[in-house]
Amino acid sequence: MTGGPLEGIRIADFTFAWAGPYATDLLVYMGAEAIHVESNRRPDHSRMISLTTRGRFTGLNQSSVFNDMNMGKLGITLDLTKPKAVVLAKRIVKVCDVVAQNMRPGVMERLGLGYEALQEVKPDIIYLSSSARGAHGPERTYVGYAPSFAALGGISCITGYPDGAPAQMYGEIDLISATTSAFAILAALNHKQRTGEGQHIDLSSSEATSVLIGEVLMDYFMNGRVQSRSGNRDDIMAPHNCYRCKGDDKWVSIVVSSDEEWKAFCEAIGEPEWVDDDRFCDVYSRKQNEEELDRLIRQWTIGHTHHEVMDILQKVGVAAVPSYNSEELYQDPHLKERGLFTEVDHIDGGKHIVVSPPWRFSATSARIGPRAPLFGEHNQYVFGELLGMRDEEIKSLIGERVIY
Amino acid sequence: MAKGALEGAKVLEYAAFVSGPYCTKLLADLGAEAIKIEEPGPGDEARRRGPFPGDIPDLEKSALFLYLNTNKMGITLNVNTPTGKKIFKELVKWADILVEDKPPKVMEELGLDYNALKVINPQLIMTSITPFGQTGPYRNYKAHHLNIYHGSGLGYLTPSEVDNLEREPLKGGGLLGDYVSGLYAAMATLGALYAKGKMGLGQHVDSSRQQALINIQRVQASAYPNEKVNLSRTAQSSGKAGMGGAMPCKNGYIAATLAQDNQWEAFCELLGHPEWWENEKMRDSYTRGEAYSEIEPFVLEWMMNRTKEEIYHQAEAMSCPIVPFLSPDEVANDRQLEARGFFVEVDHPKAGKIRYPSAPYQFSKTPWSVRHPAPLLGQHNDEVYCQLLGYTRGDLVKLRGAGII
Repeated sequence: MTGGPLEGIRIADFTFAWAGPYATDLLVYMGAEAIHVESNRRPDHSRMISLTTRGRFTGLNQSSVFNDMNMGKLGITLDLTKPKAVVLAKRIVKVCDVVAQNMRPGVMERLGLGYEALQEVKPDIIYLSSSARGAHGPERTYVGYAPSFAALGGISCITGYPDGAPAQMYGEIDLISATTSAFAILAALNHKQRTGEGQHIDLSSSEATSVLIGEVLMDYFMNGRVQSRSGNRDDIMAPHNCYRCKGDDKWVSIVVSSDEEWKAFCEAIGEPEWVDDDRFCDVYSRKQNEEELDRLIRQWTIGHTHHEVMDILQKVGVAAVPSYNSEELYQDPHLKERGLFTEVDHIDGGKHIVVSPPWRFSATSARIGPRAPLFGEHNQYVFGELLGMRDEEIKSLIGERVIY
Repeated sequence: MAKGALEGAKVLEYAAFVSGPYCTKLLADLGAEAIKIEEPGPGDEARRRGPFPGDIPDLEKSALFLYLNTNKMGITLNVNTPTGKKIFKELVKWADILVEDKPPKVMEELGLDYNALKVINPQLIMTSITPFGQTGPYRNYKAHHLNIYHGSGLGYLTPSEVDNLEREPLKGGGLLGDYVSGLYAAMATLGALYAKGKMGLGQHVDSSRQQALINIQRVQASAYPNEKVNLSRTAQSSGKAGMGGAMPCKNGYIAATLAQDNQWEAFCELLGHPEWWENEKMRDSYTRGEAYSEIEPFVLEWMMNRTKEEIYHQAEAMSCPIVPFLSPDEVANDRQLEARGFFVEVDHPKAGKIRYPSAPYQFSKTPWSVRHPAPLLGQHNDEVYCQLLGYTRGDLVKLRGAGII
């Protein structure tokens, strides 16, 4: 194993909340160094509150969400509304390869830290701007959070029960946007590696969800069809649903995708006569009689645990997987063997169990942890060692609340 | 035309349906050269999936396939034959990146697993996108989008904010989870490509679709190991009581996501009651839920008297994030997307001109682009076998006759 692919890459990280910080953290897993910029005027709000879990935190070094989204970063404090702080920010950018920010479009420009201003300082900078609606267009200044991206992007409207409201979606949407941002930055880094050229990336978090329903949008353009919510159902395959199992709120998802699988399914659950039953004998009939089929399957699943159903059906080549909760993910033998969770330090002084990255490189290991920075933890290192400022100078800037 | 960010990278795809092809598409749309391998005969499953123009099934007109395979060359190859394997290996020699989605045991049985391929091309990046990853007891288990969505724990939380747990947990709409797995794999692949450019390093990228989706709900997923609690679909258990959830208005639903004090202040003003913000309970985020429950009937009525468009633009003008839930037709006609040129018309030889979503990122120097539409089945056999690998036209006839291409 060697160091991470991005060892030697440094990021000036002006992001906050989830969608921005997780984007740069994905690059930190790959070996990059990120300097996360906050200030007392505006601490990262994930240090204080979590919309997804409704966690509230008393001090600035308590939040497990902040710890999770910013693992392995350096943390400094700069009040960017002060001109001297902007000068320092530019000195930091000068020794960085990437700038990432997810403020409302126009804010960084007003601070003097827009792409053009920073390109003067560092001509080959890669600069990511991530926002709810993108950096240009009539709605560029509109603000939003994960639920807004999902609502505007169209994915919420096709998620939910057929007779219910669109599903509000939370943190997972931020992290989709973040992963898209990390992908875009990596593409730009690869281009720079080959050509030496940096560039600006304007990313829209709501568009980052729209691209994930491409065929749904094309169905509208081709056929004028407006797809809507269909629960767990599929257009073609049946059974294709989540069925109640033995226990409290336990469920298993089952999909039969061919007649061959249907035969194996019927035999495995002890209902071989269903194979040739007129109502279920081919894909078309099963889809036509899906309600009845689901009712019958539920009668079988309710007598088994979801793990039993998975074992019985996977053995005969039928896709069945439980609908896991957090506890079951934690205890699942497969995920244990995969090393799903990693224990890192918590900024509150304790330990914190986090989800490991979903990829494994055979030759370079992921760098996970050790933890997120305490508020302003690396001021001395960044201003003193990295920028070479003298102690008195740093002290006086702290006194002036520039480093703040 | 300006060059794409990944110009010069060569990608070989041996994958079908959504996750693998989306991974390759993300790279190809940024300039990578991509060759897609399909089984002779039926080809990629996405070709049979639709939706189709006019609902008339046609292997060359499935929107899912057309969308996921832009900028790729397409060849047919039966990898189960000895000659097919030999050709596959020649293509692996050509490639920087191989994207594949077969169960681990299948690649091993074919003798085309990473250990075999790295001998042929030591600098190869092999990205394997499988339901449960390359290791562990479930590595060869079958799973479709529905299964992975539930197996990741995301389904258990969907939909959020229901009143009780009577009804079944749900998957994300469409094939959301499969796209996300492809996105993660593409990101990891670019990390590996960077390492290759820097150190000449090849490697195997083991990308688990289940773990990709667990990662996007990583905070919720780690609730139990840290706090011994399980989040669920009910408002109470997920802690999202209050304004969470879709709120009905005159012509649909809106999502109000007020995260910060100034947004609540703006909200009170928007509804014509700035005095609400004078209430101490409302100002304190800890007691706000209680204060909100008192004004909730008024809020619901106010929303019901207005359209989602009115609410959206008025609220956003006051920096208050209240947005409409847009249906696919509304996304398709969205003025912001129009202004950003988000939808692009692609002309395909069989399916004709259709508007496609482009990309959510705009690069200032290396634009995203569709250089050519999705390939017809076997469209580039001549180009790849003859021009790239040096087979003759006569060889092609024989290979075709033998059912290899």
